[in-house]
Amino acid sequence: MNDRPLSPHLQVYKLPLPALMSIFHRATGVFLTLGTILLSIWIISLATGADNFDAVRSFIGSLIGQLLLLGWTFSLFYHLFNGIRHLYWDMGKGFEMKSVYTSGYLTIIGAAVLTVLAWIIGYSA
Amino acid sequence: MAEFRLPANSVVKQGKHFKADTTSPNMRVFKIYRWSPDEGENPRTDTYEVDMDKCGPMVLDALIKIKNEIDPTLTFRRSCREGICGSCSMNIDGSNTLACTKPIDECKGDVKVYPLPHMPVVKDLVPDLTNFYAQYASIKPWIETQTPPPPDKERLQSKEDREKLDGLYECILCACCSTSCPSYWWNSDKYLGPAALLQSYRWIVDSRDEATGERLDELEDPFKLYRCHTIMNCAKACPKGLNPAKAITEIKKLIVERRGG
Repeated sequence: MNDRPLSPHLQVYKLPLPALMSIFHRATGVFLTLGTILLSIWIISLATGADNFDAVRSFIGSLIGQLLLLGWTFSLFYHLFNGIRHLYWDMGKGFEMKSVYTSGYLTIIGAAVLTVLAWIIGYSA
Repeated sequence: MAEFRLPANSVVKQGKHFKADTTSPNMRVFKIYRWSPDEGENPRTDTYEVDMDKCGPMVLDALIKIKNEIDPTLTFRRSCREGICGSCSMNIDGSNTLACTKPIDECKGDVKVYPLPHMPVVKDLVPDLTNFYAQYASIKPWIETQTPPPPDKERLQSKEDREKLDGLYECILCACCSTSCPSYWWNSDKYLGPAALLQSYRWIVDSRDEATGERLDELEDPFKLYRCHTIMNCAKACPKGLNPAKAITEIKKLIVERRGG
């Protein structure tokens, strides 16, 4: 009995878009939590003198720093919109498969648009 | 903790290739999961070539043709061949569905057939559903009453109350939804899964049932109900077009509402 194999799961299942978005919701949540550490370091550096603040600023201004910030910006808006999507579901609404896909596309497009807008505003300020 | 990889004894190996002796222009290739308890070896995928000019349109037609004409050892469950018994549920072309209602034409390239995912395999495409049925039994899928029935008639229900069971009573317990759910994959020992929860809601909303409070008490548990994270694979997979995720949310809402929330 215990020799019975376990049938393949992730190895064979073609995860539909809503499932991939669910995984991404979790991933962005973890990523945002890590982002709060950098945010804390940035604020602490502000309180501990100009040298420290400059060091953090130069890291954030570097290519890696900018890419991380871009990732965090998108994660923030994605997690926000998908969170609203989840609240909507929690009210018992939007469960038809068509609505699930529509709200999914809106979440992705909305997050992308707001990310671009935030960076345009950030660089023009 | 979720184990994303297959255990060593479950890793699928390349299997045999049954070449067709005909040269029909309308051939399809089927790659089918095989495992036998008598061989003491790892599972494998065997490859079969089937002439579509001499085969019915559904995946089940091809499976029966393979069993009859190519390889009689191929093992699978089937009965009604019209989507009402729920026996031939399996993973076809990466999604869970009923082999009898899944057209071969809808599958791209080689038709890949596996047992329902993340289940102990009895043989080939036959998973062990013992736990699944035990979970169904645990939600008490029958009417529970305290008051005696009327002496001169049955327990009646208004048309509006009867309509509340639409989209629930049609469930055929094929397990396509539960075994499509990643939460169920990782927590099937504690999480009841979409099928059992949809069935539970079917009795919760039944106006004739008088155990709603007890049913909700049973489900108010971090695992039995709340491992549902609205991943939506259940509704996407259901071959009857039902929506277990919505039923689960309705249960969650009832639990909040009875707290006076």
